[in-house]
Amino acid sequence: MTTGLFLTQLLNGLQLGVLLFLLSAGLTLVFGIMDVVNLAHGSLYMMGAYFAAAAFNAFDGSFLAAALVAIPGTLLLGLLIERLVLRTLYRRDHLDQVLATFGLILFFNEVVRYVWGPASVYMNTPKWLSGTVDLFGLPYPSYRFAIIAVGLAVGAALYAVIHRTRVGMLIRAGATNPQMVSALGVNINGLNTLVFALGAALAGLAGLMAGPIVSVQSGMGEPILILTLVVIVTGGIGSIRGAFYGALIVGIVDTIGRAFLPGLLRELLDRSVAQAVGPAIASMLIYLLMAAVLALKPQGLFPVKHG
Amino acid sequence: MASAPRLVAVLLLAGLGLLPLLAEWLNEPFWVTLFTRVLIFALAASGLNLVLGFGAMVSFGHAMYIGIGAYAVGVLSFHGVDNGWWQLVAALGVGGVVALVVGAICLRTSGMAFIMITLAFAQMLFFLAVSLRDYGGDDGLRLNGRSHFGSLDLENSVALYYLAYALLLAVLGLFARLVQSRFGMVLRGCRSNARRMASLGFATFRYRLSAYVISALVCVLAGMLLANLARFISPSYMAWTVSGELIVMTVLGGLGTLIGPVVGAAGLLLLEEALSSLKLGLPWFDALINQHWLALIGLFIVLVVLVLKQGLYGWLVAREAQRSA
Repeated sequence: MTTGLFLTQLLNGLQLGVLLFLLSAGLTLVFGIMDVVNLAHGSLYMMGAYFAAAAFNAFDGSFLAAALVAIPGTLLLGLLIERLVLRTLYRRDHLDQVLATFGLILFFNEVVRYVWGPASVYMNTPKWLSGTVDLFGLPYPSYRFAIIAVGLAVGAALYAVIHRTRVGMLIRAGATNPQMVSALGVNINGLNTLVFALGAALAGLAGLMAGPIVSVQSGMGEPILILTLVVIVTGGIGSIRGAFYGALIVGIVDTIGRAFLPGLLRELLDRSVAQAVGPAIASMLIYLLMAAVLALKPQGLFPVKHG
Repeated sequence: MASAPRLVAVLLLAGLGLLPLLAEWLNEPFWVTLFTRVLIFALAASGLNLVLGFGAMVSFGHAMYIGIGAYAVGVLSFHGVDNGWWQLVAALGVGGVVALVVGAICLRTSGMAFIMITLAFAQMLFFLAVSLRDYGGDDGLRLNGRSHFGSLDLENSVALYYLAYALLLAVLGLFARLVQSRFGMVLRGCRSNARRMASLGFATFRYRLSAYVISALVCVLAGMLLANLARFISPSYMAWTVSGELIVMTVLGGLGTLIGPVVGAAGLLLLEEALSSLKLGLPWFDALINQHWLALIGLFIVLVVLVLKQGLYGWLVAREAQRSA
């Protein structure tokens, strides 16, 4: 195992981590303020990727066009879902929200299969990001580096908005005590819609950024949705800080585990045993991590402090 | 005096009991297979109902136990052990230990985190099954034959049907008594107000964990039957969508009613079957529905949640309760 390989995998882990952060930030905010669980968040990510791929291929390879279609498109779709389905479910229990959004996932998976066909759609990296960047003598694909940069920039911007602006203050207040915020004359429904739209746009951004490095296909939202749920629960539900650290931890542990654990086990165990259990343990690693965290700290690593 | 829900329940169960005869008479052998599936999922959904309906614990990972039951049959049969009793011991043993450990960890959390952690555990097992290359990995594994229970010959599909039917009746009978027992009272008490039950001095954690384990074991049985029915095991049995479908069946039929899950399982599976083989005589429209019926199922689920909150059978029960009040 060389240091260069390890660093490359670490960066890959970071890149998965920031993608997960883009998704979990929206989901955790929606949950924190509205107490709503939205499984269709993964579908928004998928739709973002499809919108991006369609626009990218229609405007002969313009990444800007892809961004201009994917992010507002996903935002509008998110608003539509909020208005038609989720709004009536705010006061219902979590079970109803889980079920309704589960139904939406099935629906959207079939919709993209109908519109874009069952085969996966491809989207190339934009030409100006197709090379590699030199990181201290280590060549790393520019596009993946750009994902990391965008994710960290979004993280910084979110931090600034939530901690330094009036809207951010209302969002934090709404997450702590929505009734009180409403009683003080703030339009809490408007705030809900705003947060939901923000979350949907972030999911669209994640879909756009992931488009060139994954195969865009029906059902692509579910694996990453489940990773996102792991991130949120590990980090502490409702906490942006928890989502950020949780996403990085999950991204890095998953990537490093898959890359090096089978090899490590081969050193320790019999070859045939290692071959059989190595990939199994590597793919279970983050779930074991989550179980361990919840067994020790049921509120997650960075719980939101109330009161 | 027979009330409407009781009448429906008796008619439904009696109808299911007579179905193989009807299928034989009308020469529709496929019905037996289809309705064996219905019975198996009714069994699994009834198991889930114990925690979801009576205990208000939203487990999004019960497909995992279907998987454990199926893999116990498949893996043992792969190694030449096709004695059903050994398979049963292995399935219940592994399932019980897993449920005890997973339940103990999951029940430390509640609400949203409980939903997600049960889902995560199911995913963990799903990926474990995918990476078991010796047992087919992602592609699954074909069974050499069905389980052998002494003189009971499961190769006969009617025999398998009646085994599933008998198990379902036994579990429903057991649950009917369990829910009315002291255990069931405490469980339902926790559903209404867990904190009050704890203050009254009940060890709520132990009651809920027991309910979780019992409900898991019922799903393990369903998994064993499913492997026997399909003569095939695959990780797809424990895909997270299966956990979702189990919840849909329970809610569609009526949460916390004894017969609700049976109604829901029959309703959902028959609707799927009807949509995927719909023939209205409009070639273009039929092809569209037959190919993309899952979209309609998705919308149907959303509608059930928005409009029919009590579920089909739950609606009957609630109406009856209102009338007698």
